[in-house]
Amino acid sequence: MLSLKSFTAAQRRQIRLLIVLLLLALFELSAFGFRNHLDAKTTFGFILAHEWVLIHKWVIASRSGAFIFSTLAALGAISGIVLVGRKRSPALGIALAGISLLMGFLCWAAAGKFIPLTGMLQGSLLLAVPLVFGSMSGLICERSGVINIAIEGQLLAGAFASGVVASLTHRTVWGLLIAPLAGALISLLLATFAIKFSVDQVILGFVLNVLVIGLTDFLYKKLLIPYQATWNSGPSFSRIEIPLLSRLPIIGPIFFSQTIIVYLMYLIVAIIAFSLFKTKWGLRTRAVGEHPTAADSVGIDVNKLRFRNVIVAGLVSGLGGAYFTIGSVGTFGKEMTAGAGFIALAALIFGKYSPTGALCAALLFGFADNLQSTLSIIGVSIPSEFMLMVPYVATIIAVSGLVGRVRAPAADGIHYSRGESK
Amino acid sequence: MRKSSDRILGSALLPALSFLLAFSISGFVIALSDSKVLKLVGSPGKFLSTALSTVGNAYLALFQGSIYDPNLARGHGFFQGLYPLSETIVTATPLILTGLAVALAFQSGLFNIGAQGQFIFGAIAASYVGFHFTLTPVFHVLLAVLAGIASAAVWGGIVGLLKAKTGAHEVIVTIMMNYIAGFFILWILKTTTFLRHGRIDPIAPEVSQSAQLPHLAGPNFRLHAGILIALATAALVWWLLNRTTIGFRFRAVGANAAAAKTAGISVATVTIATMALCGALAGLGGAVHVLGSEYALTADIAGSFGFDAITVALLGRARPLGTVFAALLFGALRTGGRTMQANTTTPLDIVLVIQALIVLFIAAPTLIRYIFRIKNLKTQDAMKSKGWNG
Repeated sequence: MLSLKSFTAAQRRQIRLLIVLLLLALFELSAFGFRNHLDAKTTFGFILAHEWVLIHKWVIASRSGAFIFSTLAALGAISGIVLVGRKRSPALGIALAGISLLMGFLCWAAAGKFIPLTGMLQGSLLLAVPLVFGSMSGLICERSGVINIAIEGQLLAGAFASGVVASLTHRTVWGLLIAPLAGALISLLLATFAIKFSVDQVILGFVLNVLVIGLTDFLYKKLLIPYQATWNSGPSFSRIEIPLLSRLPIIGPIFFSQTIIVYLMYLIVAIIAFSLFKTKWGLRTRAVGEHPTAADSVGIDVNKLRFRNVIVAGLVSGLGGAYFTIGSVGTFGKEMTAGAGFIALAALIFGKYSPTGALCAALLFGFADNLQSTLSIIGVSIPSEFMLMVPYVATIIAVSGLVGRVRAPAADGIHYSRGESK
Repeated sequence: MRKSSDRILGSALLPALSFLLAFSISGFVIALSDSKVLKLVGSPGKFLSTALSTVGNAYLALFQGSIYDPNLARGHGFFQGLYPLSETIVTATPLILTGLAVALAFQSGLFNIGAQGQFIFGAIAASYVGFHFTLTPVFHVLLAVLAGIASAAVWGGIVGLLKAKTGAHEVIVTIMMNYIAGFFILWILKTTTFLRHGRIDPIAPEVSQSAQLPHLAGPNFRLHAGILIALATAALVWWLLNRTTIGFRFRAVGANAAAAKTAGISVATVTIATMALCGALAGLGGAVHVLGSEYALTADIAGSFGFDAITVALLGRARPLGTVFAALLFGALRTGGRTMQANTTTPLDIVLVIQALIVLFIAAPTLIRYIFRIKNLKTQDAMKSKGWNG
């Protein structure tokens, strides 16, 4: 028997996660791999547009697919445990186990059906776009010590403003320019009330969401419905195919045949991930989020930096809001963000307040969302409601430390004023 | 004498000024988004008078729809004119209970955003007992209400348990659990147990007569005994908080968890108990709503009762009596807003703006002090920031 005492707390959590994955794999093996009476075949499609053909489609018998992949998942989990035992990172084992589990599940769930794999992944990326923008906004705020629950409101404000302005001017570019400003306006309220008037930030974020929902609903009914032709019939961006890259098999259509908003997203994530850890601004931001008193003592104006960062965060999530209107359908719909701001918050927490973590979590949640709609379209008998719960359940598991402990920046949400002891 | 009247004036001044500001700003929004008003921008006099009359009509309809409607009274007597008021109370009833669920949590230093999910579970359980069993009248109501309370207490208790055992922040957990509850009710209404026979749209069977709460003012009014339950519960919560050891422990943990711990109070127990009790309160709200006015469970049963509860508790400064008044006020805004939307060109959603602004201003007394140049504005126990790790 392994002695758990010789491991650090983090390693013990990794082992716990791997054991859960192993159990899932064994469950999948016994439930789908052996007992599956269906001899139907599962077909995975890989071709979406006119990318270079590597493979067209891949047909596998449902039972043997489930059998092979769940065995692979079990092997992945076991190799992960071995890696931890040798004091090495089990990331590869976890990834192998996770992906194999999913593929095994798909083989079983889509028996006799066709799964457009590339299309599903492309859809996942699109669903993740507002989540990525939102979680980056939350990241900048919370890393500098201000809780941002108003992501939902910022996204909605961005969506509304860009949709209306694009409709009035008939130009998408104006919509794209106005969206960040709308988000920043909400941020201005957040920053003013949180930093200048020291209002509780959770209450504040909540109230700002209500305010934006109320205002946009009101204006939607009052102007956008009766005068739809002028106020709510904006154009939307078309896809830009990046030469060569967009023709790469599988990843081409997923990543390089998108609208300008998606390319801006790549850029913004890269900038944030770089500057948070490699620039003076990043160091200062993290300092005021973790230990504002120490930051103050070396001459950083804590509240000024926080104020600026909250505004920048608003620019980011406002731009993300533009995805809903000019980035996809063009027109604005009542409460069209539908809780994306809260899933973005969940992604931020699930990603442990790190840019890459939040990005991965947002992509994962986008995938879960798209998986459930794909499965319900091809007619799989799993209640879609349970699939939709996945991001929320995952977040609860993450914050309660069942799999890896999440720690927020130490001074997150605490108002700072000089000379006031914490 | 003088001192106490000063105090009342002082504590009423902040809400009063916040109201004034909120209604004024919303008035601007109503006027400036009106196409009739906007067309008159050229002539300032007409512009101003049309703007004022638009806003005036909207607010008048808001009042008529929530308190007293002379048009109704003209045909059927004064009593019928109060029909809007009875509707206000019907809307306020679940709001009082969900508001208490948030207020009680504030008193223990917890922020319960989960009233929505707790309400849903209360409604599901009460509805199930209500339509599935055949029992004697009084006993049936009692059992249905208790089922609602119990299931929501468990749902809320999970949050407390997670917070106490693992430190998971209740705000994040309750936000997530609201979504889970929302999807759960969508799913359960598709199951054969809950789906009404012969229907495809998500609606459960009506609860049997024996499980319905009695009407209070005859069959013409929807006013039901739920308001009595809500008021009694508010009194009970006041008593619990101010006259019992348990309540003292709750408030002690809310005021300073570290000090309470030093004094020998188990913070973990208080956290779990508070969240379970809050769940119970919101669940009672759900049960009362189903058994008193809706009778049948639908996917949208919770409306925004759980979310409005937060603004209600904030406006009521987390006190039971304040919460009752705040719930009545927001109930009136909601009910009147429907009439306003039907009779004028002003959509109901302006009510959300008014609510948000009121709470925003009340939460920022410094701003009110600055705008109105008041030196000593009474502000008590502003909800203090604790942060995610607190």
